[in-house]
Order: sequence, then structure tokens, then C-alpha cells
Amino acid sequence: MPEITLSQSARHQRHGSNIGQPLTRRDGVLKVTGAAPYAADHHPTGMLYAVMAVAGIARGRVASLDVAAAKAHPGVVDVMTPAHKPKLAMDPDEKSNPFMFRLDLLQNDKVRYPRQPIAVVIAETLEAATEGATLLAPVYETQTARIGLDGERFVPPGVGVGNPPAVSHGDVEQGLKDAAKVTEAVYETPSQYHNAMEPHAIVAEWTEAGLVIDTPSQGMAMAQARIAGLFGIAPETIHIRSPFLGGGFGSKGLVAGPQVLGIMAAKLVGRPVKLVLRREQMYGPVGHRAPTRQTLRLGTDAGGRLTALDHHALTASSSFDDFFEPAADASHTLYAAKAIATAHEAVRTDTGTPLFMRAPGEATGSIALESAIDEAAFACGMDPLAFRLKNYAEVEPISGKPFSSKALRECYAQGAERFGWSTRPLAPRSKRDEAGFLVGWGVGTATFPALMFQAQARAIIRADGSGRMEIGAHDMGQGAWTALAQIAADGLGLDLDKVDFASGTSDLPDAGIAGGSAHTATAGMAIHNAGAAVIAKLADLATGDERSPLFGAGNQGVIAREGRLHRRDDASRSEAYADILARAGLQQIEAGGKAAADPAAQESYAMHAHGAVFAEVKVDPDLGQIRVSRLIGAFAAGRIINPHLVRSQYYGGMIWGISFALHEKAIIDRRSGRIMNGDLAEYHVPVNADVPHVEAILVDEHDPHVNALGIKGVGEIGITGSAGAIANAVWHATGIRCRRFPIGLEQLIGTA
Amino acid sequence: MKIFDYIRPASVTEAVAATAQTGAVYLAAGTNLLDLMKVGVARPDRLVDVTHLPGLDRIERLPDGGFRIGAMVRNATLAYDTGFAEAFPMVSEALLSGASAQLRNAATVGGNLLQRTRCAYFYDVESACNKRVPGSGCDALQGENSGHAVLGWSPSCIATHPSDFCVPLAALDAIVEVEGRDGRRDILLDALHRLPGEHPERDTVLEPSDLIVAVRLPAAAAAFASHSRYLKLRERTSYAFAVVSAAAALHLGAGRIAQVRLALGSVAAKPWRCREAEALLVGAEPTPEAFKRAAEIALAEAKPSGHNAHKIELARRILVRALNEAAAGTPAQIAALPASPFSTMPGALAHA
Repeated sequence: MPEITLSQSARHQRHGSNIGQPLTRRDGVLKVTGAAPYAADHHPTGMLYAVMAVAGIARGRVASLDVAAAKAHPGVVDVMTPAHKPKLAMDPDEKSNPFMFRLDLLQNDKVRYPRQPIAVVIAETLEAATEGATLLAPVYETQTARIGLDGERFVPPGVGVGNPPAVSHGDVEQGLKDAAKVTEAVYETPSQYHNAMEPHAIVAEWTEAGLVIDTPSQGMAMAQARIAGLFGIAPETIHIRSPFLGGGFGSKGLVAGPQVLGIMAAKLVGRPVKLVLRREQMYGPVGHRAPTRQTLRLGTDAGGRLTALDHHALTASSSFDDFFEPAADASHTLYAAKAIATAHEAVRTDTGTPLFMRAPGEATGSIALESAIDEAAFACGMDPLAFRLKNYAEVEPISGKPFSSKALRECYAQGAERFGWSTRPLAPRSKRDEAGFLVGWGVGTATFPALMFQAQARAIIRADGSGRMEIGAHDMGQGAWTALAQIAADGLGLDLDKVDFASGTSDLPDAGIAGGSAHTATAGMAIHNAGAAVIAKLADLATGDERSPLFGAGNQGVIAREGRLHRRDDASRSEAYADILARAGLQQIEAGGKAAADPAAQESYAMHAHGAVFAEVKVDPDLGQIRVSRLIGAFAAGRIINPHLVRSQYYGGMIWGISFALHEKAIIDRRSGRIMNGDLAEYHVPVNADVPHVEAILVDEHDPHVNALGIKGVGEIGITGSAGAIANAVWHATGIRCRRFPIGLEQLIGTA
Repeated sequence: MKIFDYIRPASVTEAVAATAQTGAVYLAAGTNLLDLMKVGVARPDRLVDVTHLPGLDRIERLPDGGFRIGAMVRNATLAYDTGFAEAFPMVSEALLSGASAQLRNAATVGGNLLQRTRCAYFYDVESACNKRVPGSGCDALQGENSGHAVLGWSPSCIATHPSDFCVPLAALDAIVEVEGRDGRRDILLDALHRLPGEHPERDTVLEPSDLIVAVRLPAAAAAFASHSRYLKLRERTSYAFAVVSAAAALHLGAGRIAQVRLALGSVAAKPWRCREAEALLVGAEPTPEAFKRAAEIALAEAKPSGHNAHKIELARRILVRALNEAAAGTPAQIAALPASPFSTMPGALAHA
């Protein structure tokens, strides 16, 4: 096995006790007192309000807008339309890389999805802009909307971010022929919308130096580059402030059309402009999870081993851009079938372009795969956990690579023990509680790839012995302000209160994107390496100076700990950072660090986090109402920087699993293509009463290969496994296999 | 937003006078009206705020044992009034099963009665809706209508009335006191809301300027206190409108049903009183079989208005469940999950 280049200098070590501490959020007080500034809290002098008018049809063109009526309304300053807008340097429909999505920036009068922006009214007050947008009273030429998954199918060129649409390993058809039993089923998942608590918002101000923006972003450097291209300006002249996000879930990963419209509006009127999406406007131009129809065929031999696993996913993208939910890819890594084939097909519909939504593909595919595995287990007369263990993948099934680490067996064992799984009856509809409710238990396997992107950080040690770490990282609520600061403190060999952690603005080193559950690993490694580099500089100063007690220790190296460097070979000889810098006459020293995935390690190992989720549901036997009475997940995701925050991440994911299985769906009018439940009263997500009991167990896992810190991601894995576990528990409770999600009570009362 | 006048009258008389002009509407807590104004469904020229009117915020026990509730009493205040909850436990339970704690703290008794339907096509100004724009058509009829009416609907409107509170009120013969241009009058709550017919734009029988000032519960209604229940089926455990709901109240004597009150919610444009089913049960023994027969009668005229046939069966079943629970006796305390089928689940948490 190849050695991974150690990113920490072997000569110099750092000891710290910050990593692993269950600290509460350092920004918690700011948030609960309302002092944390979110984008829409900013009000620069002279600021105007912009409100979007959005399309009331799914497909066609805007024949007319009553601009005069809007302009005549008191307080309205200007109305931005396709005929009246700042010139852009780039066509919003141009696309030069797979991470660049087409935007609707009033480039013409075409309507290609409901709630597409068709004009922007700019006014002295929010109320005037709102009324101005109403007064535009658009008249449309309407074409028939294309909706649903029954349109003309095609094989997309790639799924997710450039994954091949079809993957095949072994002979699936032969595997199915050889099987003692074949389980075949079709599962459907609906369109879902991110619905971050904080809607997309922007306050944009053009200054002499360039452009200043307050906007929530999961990727400031990418946003800078996109905006720079659109406006023909240098990226470094764009200053983005995004210290806090009220949730992102992928919908703030790339700058969205409405945010750019805010910048255009500011340019048009020559004053700062604020544009905040209304809740219903989040159901259109800022991405969503595409619907799927997934067909699974599982062959099993007499002993319950998978002979074949065939997973086909039909999904939808917009009429004008490409994002294909990689749902079938969920079957690549979990179960050791002799033959595995996955394939995708797609149709085009008149919706906004679907995008990354927490566990894109993994969540959608997982509920179908875990349901099908459950069906196959029952067909084999096996306990569904025993069936999963029987088909446990010792190496990654298709690639044949060893796993960099995989504590999934421990997850199954610890989760099952905590849940009490061993007493589960095999037959469905065989358990009732004392009040007469049907009780069902289900299990699902969770997995998510351990990804890393690229990032940079800058570390500084100052004359007073304190440190500073700078990185333009993103806190979506997951706790980056805290977890990354913990890594920074250990990276600098300092206590947390001696480190000034700077983050959340675009003038700091590029931290990449907070997505793919990779931010802690990626930004964390850049921080770790920057710390190593600055400690190395400090050590050079000391070990090369005969006045230092560390003089001559250059070959042995030093240990940085609590603000002092110690000789590795004689820990009693040490010197404080402040003393080293004072003698050198330096106010501070600084150094940069970088992070990226190690291609050699990636080539050699399959890297994934894993987990096992156990669900208990209760179902009213007459009325069909469902409640998830217990949800217990056990997850192994490498090194845990902050168990308190990680547990919260797992809870959030698991609760989303409840939502996926039981609640969430966009209701789309079958004629107009319009979403009829674009608000949080009718677009249901779980409320507290739906989550009476959730537990997350953190299973120890040491991974020497993913990165020097051993970090895998935890942001998305919680949805996977959970949704399937709940669906399986509903079947176990009722004997009714629901394959159309979310599961509604009407599916359980025997009238459907 | 559209510019409008805001008036805060000092008396009921002033309030009635202030709504003389067209485009004037009463504003109570605004938990529904302000939303409707934000989405452009309601565009009033004048809001007459009645929340500060003197004397409308009292809960009074009448000499005969009935109750009179001022129209501006907040839902939460009424639900937690001990004397009221003891006399009419299913009304309190219905109130506590509605909306969220924050909304219940704001919403008023009078406003609850006059809330508009939750039909998505009514809220969506791009859709055709006879209730919003008379004569424009009904996009719900061939649309996404799994939650729509199964009783009393017409081809011009299949919307339902979403109130929980009104369901037990209809069952208990509550009376609505109305102040209008010609003085004060009483309307039986069951007669307040209209079925759509050809004029779905008229939700109620109220005339312009009519102001609800109080709701009265007759003394006779308190006779059901020991055997009554409101149950509400939802797509999530709390903070959701009913799929269907039922209020059932029994007065038992010598092992038989002496009197019974039944009403269904979210099945029609009004809370649906089930008088024929009541008649069937009077004198019968309180058995599950009798309750099933009553539920059959109650839903005999029901027919789907779209993709909602399941609501008919659910309405039957929830009526049977509510009757069974009423027969078993009103719980000593309102459950932690009010009106939920899971309210009997041991260990249920008070998170509703």
C-alpha cells in the first residue's frame, strides 16, 4: 500500500487538546440575541429595495408588462426589464464549465419555468417595490407546460458532477438468471425544495473600488469568479461578506440568478440595493431536488447473497440546462453483489434547473436502494440486518479498492444494540403497542463519500504570543466558526482563546466550497498545513539562534504546545512564541497552507463515511397517521473534531430523513406546472412533535488515508439510511409496502 | 403593498360605521388576513382594527350555565380558561390542536370563524378561483385536490373551511352574536357558513359591516362535558390543517345514548353537522357497531370532488373513533398532543 505524503512536517509536531472537544457554538450567543449579522440585516446609506416580479406560467413568453403603472406608484425608482437593464459582459446562458449554470437575468422575454424572474422593481421602500411588482400585471403567451417523468427520455451525458450515466460491473442479466429469487420494484420520489430558513438575500453596493456584497454563500471564491465574468470586472474587486448563513443545503453553493439581479439593480440605479426572496420565490430560480422514478432489480441466491443489483433511475432536468440527480450511483458502494449495473435516463421539464440538495443523488437513491434491500431480505426470509451483513462489502464492490477505513460493522452492532433490534419479529404487522398502534422496526445503511476540494489558509503568530488564522470559510449553521477554530488552535499549538479566527469574507484565503460534506476536511487541512508552516518558520528562528534554549535542535525538531516550542529530545528546554519573536525583533510571522485531495490515496482507496439507522414507527391501524417514535443512528466518519456539533449534524440529517420518507414534496399542478404549496404551512417538513426521539451514536473510526487529520464529512450522511429505515419500518408496522414517497396516510388505509 | 387606510375605532358602533364604505374590512389579529394581503388575494382599501374595542375580550359564565366569549378573546386564552375547558373540553382541545402556539396566542375567536379556505388555488392569484374572483372558474376542480371537499361542494367551488374551533362549536349549537347596521342579532354557528352553490365568493351569511362580537355556548351544551372528544387527522403530528376531523359528544343515560352531537371538519365549506347520524344514535346503545352505522349515514351523501375519495373513508373512521373515545369518557386532562390520534400514546411529549 502506498504511503501518503504527510502534510505535517515530521521534524516539528504540534500538540493541542482543542480537537475532539464538544464545544458549543462560539457564535451561539450572537445568534440567539440577534446580533449575528445576516445578509439582509445590512442597510447601507441610500439603500433601495428591489423586489422581483416572477412568472405566473411555466412556459411561454411575457407579451407585456405595465411598466408605466409600476413607475407611477409613489416610491418606485426604476423598473428593470429585458429592455432596460445594465449590460452584461457575458451571456447568462453561456456555460464554460460544469459548475456554471445558466441564469435568468432578464436576457429576453422567454419564460422557461414558473416563478422565473421577469422584472425587478426598485423603490425607496419594500412596500412600494412590492406593490410596483404587482402593478406590472404581466400578460403572457402561454405554451403547454411539460411536467412529470413521462416525457421523451434520453441518456444524459453525465450525472451529478460529471459521473458517467451508466456503470456496469459483471453480468447483471446472468446474475438475475442465476438468482433463486428476483426482487423488482419501482420507487418514486418527488421534487423537493431546499427551504433554508434564511431566504436568498443580497445587499449590493458598487463603490469606486469595485463591488461590495452581503449575501449568504457556500462558496465565495466561486461566486466572485461568476460575478466577475458576468460584469466583466476583476474578481479581486468584488468583496463578499458571508459570515453567517441561515442554512444553505446546496442552494447557496453557487450564486443564483436573483442574487445577480440584485447586483444589476444596484448598478442600474447607482445606489446600494437590497433584494430578498420571498418564501414562495425560493421555489424556482434557486435549485431543487429533481424527482425520480427508480427501478431496482435484485437477484439473490439460496443463501441470501446478492447475485445481481440493477438500479435504474429516471430523473428530470430543466428545459435549458443540465443537472441530473445521480440517484442510481447510490448502489455503487454499499453491497457486495457479484454484478452491479446502474443507469440513468432523464426527461426535460419546465422547471427551474435542479441542483445540489443535501446528499444529491445519495439521499434519493438511498431510500430506493434501502427499500429494495429490505424487500429482498424479506423475500429470502431473512432479518434485514442479517441480510445486509451477509452482503457486506469488504472492498468497494465495483472498483475493488480497499476502503481507507470502514467501521460499518461496528455501526450496525452499536446501533442494533442501542435500539434493541434483536427482538424484532420477522413478519410484518405483528407488533402492537399497549394503545393498539401498529409498531414497525426498520433499518437502513447510510453512506456518503469522503470528499476533499482545494483550500488555502494563512497562519500568523504575533509578538504577544497569540495567533491568527485566516480562511474564507463558510458557516451555514453547521458550526464552522467553532470546529475550524479548534483545528486552528491545535495547528498553532495554542489554546483556543489565544487564537483570532478570521473567516466568512472573500478577502481571506479561498476555502473552496462548503459542500459535499467536505468543508471541515478541506478547510481544516489548509488550516492545519498553514499552522505547520508558521510553526516551522518560528522553529527556524529559534533553533538557528544561539541565544535560544532551542538552539541546535533543528535536526531533532520541536513540539509546539500551549504557546511554547519544546525540543523534541528534551522537553524541559522550551521557549515561548513571544520570546522568540521579540528577540528576532518581529511583530509577527506568517505562512500559508494549502489543502487538496491526495491523488495517490484516492487512486488506492475507496473513501466513504458509513452508518446504520434504526427506526421505530407507530401507525394508527384505522387512520393511517404515522409517527416516528424512535430514530437511532450510529455513524463512523473518521476523526470527529467536535462531537457536539457533529451530533447536531447527524440529527439534522436524520430529521431530513423523516421529512424525505413522510413529509416533503412539491405539489405541482398537472396542467400549469405551477407549484401549489410554495410556503412553509403547506410544504411540510417535520415539526418538533414529529421527532420525539432521535439519537446519534458516534462510532470510533481511525482513517490514516483520507487526510492527515483523518476527517471524513458528516453533513449529508444522516439523510441516507434514515429515510429508507423509516419506509421499511412503515412496511414492518403495516405490511403495506409504500414505494411512492413521501408516504401519506392515504396509502395506509386500504382505499388507494 | 397596496396603500390602505388603518382605522382604530373606539366602540362597536364606530367600528360598524367605519366599514360603511366599500373595500373596508375588519382586522382582528390578522393571522389570516395579513397573509392574504401579502399574496394579493385581499386588497382592502381600509382596515378597521377591532382588537382594541372595549368589552370584547371577556369570557363570561352566564347565569344559566352557558358561556359568552368575546370575539377578541385569543384562542390560547380561551383554551386555557379552566372553567371553560371543564364545561367544553372538546372545544379547548380543538383550539389547542390548531396552528402553532404563537398563532394561538394571537388569533381571536371572531377571526377564527371568519378565516378563509386554505385551497391553494384560492391563495394563488394566477389560478382561476370563483371564491376569489366570481365567475373566473375553479382550477381546483381538475387540479391538485386531494384535500378538498367531499360534502356540500358544487362545480363552482370545492374548497373546505379549515377551522378546528368551529367543528365542536357547530356540534354544540353555538350561537354567534353579530352587530350590524340594523343592530344586534344572533346566528346559529351552523348557519353562519354557506355552502358554495353558485356563489362561493360568499363564505358566510354575514352582510357588509356585520361584526361578530361574541360566541355563546348554551348551558345545554355543558351536559356533554364528561363524554366528548375532538379528533384531528393530520399529515404531520402538529402544525398542520386537518385532513379530516370530528367532534363527538354523548350524553349517556341507563346504558343508552340520550343525546348526541356530531360534526366533521375539513370535509366541506362549513363545519359539517351530522344531524341524521345523531338521530340514528339517540336511544341506541353506545357500541362500535352503532357508531359505524352512524358514520355510514353521516357520509351517505359524500362524493369525491377530485382525487380525494380517501377522505370519505377517513371521515367515517375518524367519526367512529371520536364516538368511541367520547363513549369511553373525556380524559381528565387534555392530552399532550391535543386531538391527535397519538394523544393516547404513552410518553407522548408536549411538543404540539
